[in-house]
Amino acid sequence: MDTGCKGELEKKMKKLLLNGCEAAGEGAISAGCKFYAGYPITPQNRFPEYMSYRLPEEGGIFIQSESEISAINMVFGASAAGVRAMTSSSSPGISLKQEGISYLAGCELPAVIINMNRGGPGLGDVTPSQSDYFQATRGGGHGDYRTIVLAPYSVQEIYDFTYLAFDLADKYRNPVLILADGIIAQVMESVNLKPKKKKLPEKKWALTGCKGRKPNSIKSLFLTPGVLETHNWKLARKYERIEKKEIRYEQYFSDDAELGIVSYGTCARIVLESLKKARKNGIKASLFRPITLWPFPYRQLSDFIKSVKKILVIEMNLGQMLDDVKISNTSNKRIFFYGRPGGGVPTPEEIFKEIKKI
Amino acid sequence: MKVIYKKPESITDNTTIYCPGCGHGIVHKIIAEVIDQLDIREKTISIAPVGCAVLSYNYFNFDVTEAAHGRCPAVATAIKRVYPDRIVFTYQGDGDLAAIGTAEIIHCAARGENITVIFINNAVYGMTKGQMAPTTLPGQKTTTTPYGRDTSYHGYPIRMCELLSTLAGPSYIERTTIENVPEIIKTKRAIQKAFTYQVENKGFSFVEVLSTCPTNWKMTPSEAMKWVGDTMKNYFIPGVYKDKYNKGET
Repeated sequence: MDTGCKGELEKKMKKLLLNGCEAAGEGAISAGCKFYAGYPITPQNRFPEYMSYRLPEEGGIFIQSESEISAINMVFGASAAGVRAMTSSSSPGISLKQEGISYLAGCELPAVIINMNRGGPGLGDVTPSQSDYFQATRGGGHGDYRTIVLAPYSVQEIYDFTYLAFDLADKYRNPVLILADGIIAQVMESVNLKPKKKKLPEKKWALTGCKGRKPNSIKSLFLTPGVLETHNWKLARKYERIEKKEIRYEQYFSDDAELGIVSYGTCARIVLESLKKARKNGIKASLFRPITLWPFPYRQLSDFIKSVKKILVIEMNLGQMLDDVKISNTSNKRIFFYGRPGGGVPTPEEIFKEIKKI
Repeated sequence: MKVIYKKPESITDNTTIYCPGCGHGIVHKIIAEVIDQLDIREKTISIAPVGCAVLSYNYFNFDVTEAAHGRCPAVATAIKRVYPDRIVFTYQGDGDLAAIGTAEIIHCAARGENITVIFINNAVYGMTKGQMAPTTLPGQKTTTTPYGRDTSYHGYPIRMCELLSTLAGPSYIERTTIENVPEIIKTKRAIQKAFTYQVENKGFSFVEVLSTCPTNWKMTPSEAMKWVGDTMKNYFIPGVYKDKYNKGET
């Protein structure tokens, strides 16, 4: 249908061939991000490289920091100053950033942190992995807190989710993590770009100098007995609001399925390929893909599990989301697990073989 | 009635928790007076450290935040880059700046960020009750050097002014003390100069103040002041270590 505004749309929307790092960078710029600090680490080196020229082009600030710790604390500073700020890294670097993420959560500062997950533990390797699921969804740093975690499964999604992440971070004054991996970081796909966000939320709490108002303070230290407990209950109520409103997931082939597969991110994308083959071979299998890893879609997954006979969890790790699937398994279905740790990436054929075994 | 003396506007009415004879009160007041005199209170943003002086956010009457241990210079860097026309300063102790935050201060100085750093050196970890600091003197007894700092075992104290002055980034580096009134006046002059440099966009300014911790030194306040002048000053020599805009001065 010709809406008569095609020319207008074309002006506002562009399509570009980008890798995951570039797409996330563009997503951030579209969302009005003004500050990026980062440190080189494979497989996301393209991220700081890309931001080093794209962000200044858009009037933003890029800093190559001396460390991952410094990068996250620069994000803390920029966020405290009231601008949209982000950093990116890969697993060992994200471990180093946990101190700062805990402070951001404690101070209720918005920020976006992207993890292009690589194999661990330790220095591990530089191949794609989902081994940071626990770290991302269980807080990661010290203290009682939660971060929103979005798991993209395509380059388009890392663009869209980075854009969304800034809105969520500001809405809840909370850090938002994007848990992707080395494949999404490096693979190139075409991406539909959104028009650049013009109006950003006002931040009366930000540190801008106290001209014409009382001084603002941003802190996470509450030494008076009972004050921290009150603060943490306030955080808890915020987390409850997020759990009510921000759950995201997708289901595929779920009408008549007997085998329900649960998988997220890159792994879910590969599963989807296997499912097409399974369907051709008459196997009634379906896929449930959590998009928000926190808040996790427990209730929705529970309903999904009720509708099938058996469950197969597939992850590129030793079984981390598996724990959340077990929590959702209120109908006591049998759960199978296929995992590939240490940077192992399953092929659609390997997954198809696993499906056939069940 | 003519007002001949009043509390700086940059200080709140809160009662400090600092111990009797602690140097923080003196330096807080100097900073507040300087900020009032330069008329920059409404555009100043300060970053408090981890340690006793984290509570400075209760005492300064302008926008404040606190950083994770040692990370003040990274936080300050970002705030200043976002708002180049605001006045941004960090207030850090010796454990914060010269141990856990060594990387942050060195790289902030190397980048020549247009911020001011006030470095309080009292040769000991104050808030955690007196452990060895990176600036604990050779022979000095602390709760983790009960027999005195043995340089062959614990290593040597770090002289931050000397170290930072080897970098091309900083514009102004000075070490002062608060051992007596003339030295306190010199300290005020140095802090005033540091903030003035920032106001004039002259780059990174750093003032190290040799300060007191009578509680952890197990001294009276007056003994502590004397120890700064008689002992600390011999290892950490006061003076201007770098001044890009006044090369003749020492």
